[in-house]
Amino acid sequence: MSLTEEELTMQITGDSSGTDSLDDVAEDVVEQSVIAPDLKRLSRQTGEGSQELRPLQEIVIAGGPWPELEGDGQTMIINMGPQHPSTHGVLRMMMELDGETVVRAKPVIGYLHTGMEKTGEELTYVQGATNVTRMDYVSPLSNELVFATAVEQLLDVEVPERAIWMRMMLVELNRISSHLLFQATNGMDMGAVNMMLYGWREREEVLRVLEIITGLRMNHNFIRPGGLAADLPDGWQEAVLGVCEQVEAGIADYDKLLTENPIWQSRTVGVGVITTEQCMALSITGPILRSTGFPWDLRKTQPYLAYDQVDFDVIYTDNGDCYDRYRIRLFEVLESVKIVRQCVAKMPGGDYRVQDKKITPPPRARIDESMEALIHHFKLFTEGFRVPPGETYARIESPRGEIGCYLVSDGTGKPVRMHVRGPSFYNLQAISPMMEGRMVADAVAIISTCDPIMGEVDR
Amino acid sequence: MTEAAFAYTTPTDALVAKFAGSVAIESHGQSVVHVEKSSLADVVEYLRVSEEFTMCLDVTAVDHLQDVERAQIPGIKRERFEVVVNLISHPRNIRIRLITQVPESDPSVPTLTSSFSGTSFPEREVYDMFGITFDGHPDLTRILMPDEWVGHPLRKDDAPARVPVTFKGDPGPR
Repeated sequence: MSLTEEELTMQITGDSSGTDSLDDVAEDVVEQSVIAPDLKRLSRQTGEGSQELRPLQEIVIAGGPWPELEGDGQTMIINMGPQHPSTHGVLRMMMELDGETVVRAKPVIGYLHTGMEKTGEELTYVQGATNVTRMDYVSPLSNELVFATAVEQLLDVEVPERAIWMRMMLVELNRISSHLLFQATNGMDMGAVNMMLYGWREREEVLRVLEIITGLRMNHNFIRPGGLAADLPDGWQEAVLGVCEQVEAGIADYDKLLTENPIWQSRTVGVGVITTEQCMALSITGPILRSTGFPWDLRKTQPYLAYDQVDFDVIYTDNGDCYDRYRIRLFEVLESVKIVRQCVAKMPGGDYRVQDKKITPPPRARIDESMEALIHHFKLFTEGFRVPPGETYARIESPRGEIGCYLVSDGTGKPVRMHVRGPSFYNLQAISPMMEGRMVADAVAIISTCDPIMGEVDR
Repeated sequence: MTEAAFAYTTPTDALVAKFAGSVAIESHGQSVVHVEKSSLADVVEYLRVSEEFTMCLDVTAVDHLQDVERAQIPGIKRERFEVVVNLISHPRNIRIRLITQVPESDPSVPTLTSSFSGTSFPEREVYDMFGITFDGHPDLTRILMPDEWVGHPLRKDDAPARVPVTFKGDPGPR
């Protein structure tokens, strides 16, 4: 495998500033914002000695089939989950322990399987967005976007400029809220309970803005095939810019609280290391891949929407451990804030959806005066629209990695197959190599920094 | 990034030239190659070794039992199932999709885990949902459904709500 870093960096960086190390990124960010954390500090080593954190007491629930023991009988197989506070839902880990060291670990999934891909075959393309938005419930707009993109590819429809920028702003706001949730739960898993409160606090502010725009905190069903459900409401600029400042202040707080905290570092630095080669073999994308020194972000490398018209950097680090995954998600929030600010500044006018009567519903006022509009409205919400036969794979960069939607149509109003490639499903495969040889207490940190969303894993 | 390093201009050309029965098409701007079932694992291994395809993004399947309309591709005999493999080359920044026809009478394909170990989970999912076996897979068990489940939910003839809701463990009249 010839993955020379210079080649990739050349390829990825469109501009002269481009993708670069955290130090250079730091300069950019600090210039732009006064309250952004002093990122230069990060590369400095502290003179203080680190302090060993007392391992958290593990709650172990045994159950299910027990595999045969390996070795000389000195090891023990225990179950962690599926009902365990650190497993982010219903993930079950089977771990073979030698004392307190994990010999091998296997994730067991399926506890949240609700057959959403089967449901997707029963729903029309208009209804489909309500289904996919419930898969990755922490970043629902990414799911809606990838589904809408796939349907639009099959329909051969181009959405208007305003819809593109609105989608980009919403998805980036959603990325911020998703990474803030990660900061909250990650802090809680490693014993920094105050971090949980701070993370939820800022996330709630972002969700409030999403509620102003879409009407719902989560499961928005706002990005639909053909555009969006509604235009931006009055006063959206103030709300969005206001939350940008709050988020930056919050990130500065988290940075002060955790990044140089010796307890935090001894809990995360060098824990759960994974290499680029392992990521490649195991189909791992997103922040975990970028933490191994491989700056791969679809927003830069294979741009969609209008990501080639905004200025942002891809954050990557070299160590591939829990600390790096934490840092990458922390600073990706600042990059998303940059993108959101540019979206507010550059938001074009025009229509927020394609004006095709067969795809998008007519305006409410038209229904009262036009018979055709009434018929189109009725047909659209009962039968949906027909999609030409074909198959396509749409992909975007969700907060967790590449999310893809493989859609097959046979010319009717419902898809033959609606498959979603959930990044968490693949990223879970990284847990086994990360855990082997580590302590049980590290297992919690490793699961947490993989950031799996079980709704997306099990679908 | 020197294209001259590769024997063929595009990986699709290489596959069509090297593997008999391969048909290259384009679907909505994405390059798709229909390959023979028997050569699927060899094609993936060739792409990994010779064409710098670095990651297998996705393995999934489609059940075409009840299709109203299905496009015919010259040179390809359409079967009930299709196994779909999405690959990406990071150094060349290109993608390719492989589709292979799997007949209902023999629903099995060679495993890809020897080329990309990350296909373990998705192959288990396809086995669980469609009943397509992957020969040589190290741990081909159900992944989403319970182990004792009968049937494969994403097959078109596996109707939803086929299992009635009962409360058999519950005391009293029911």
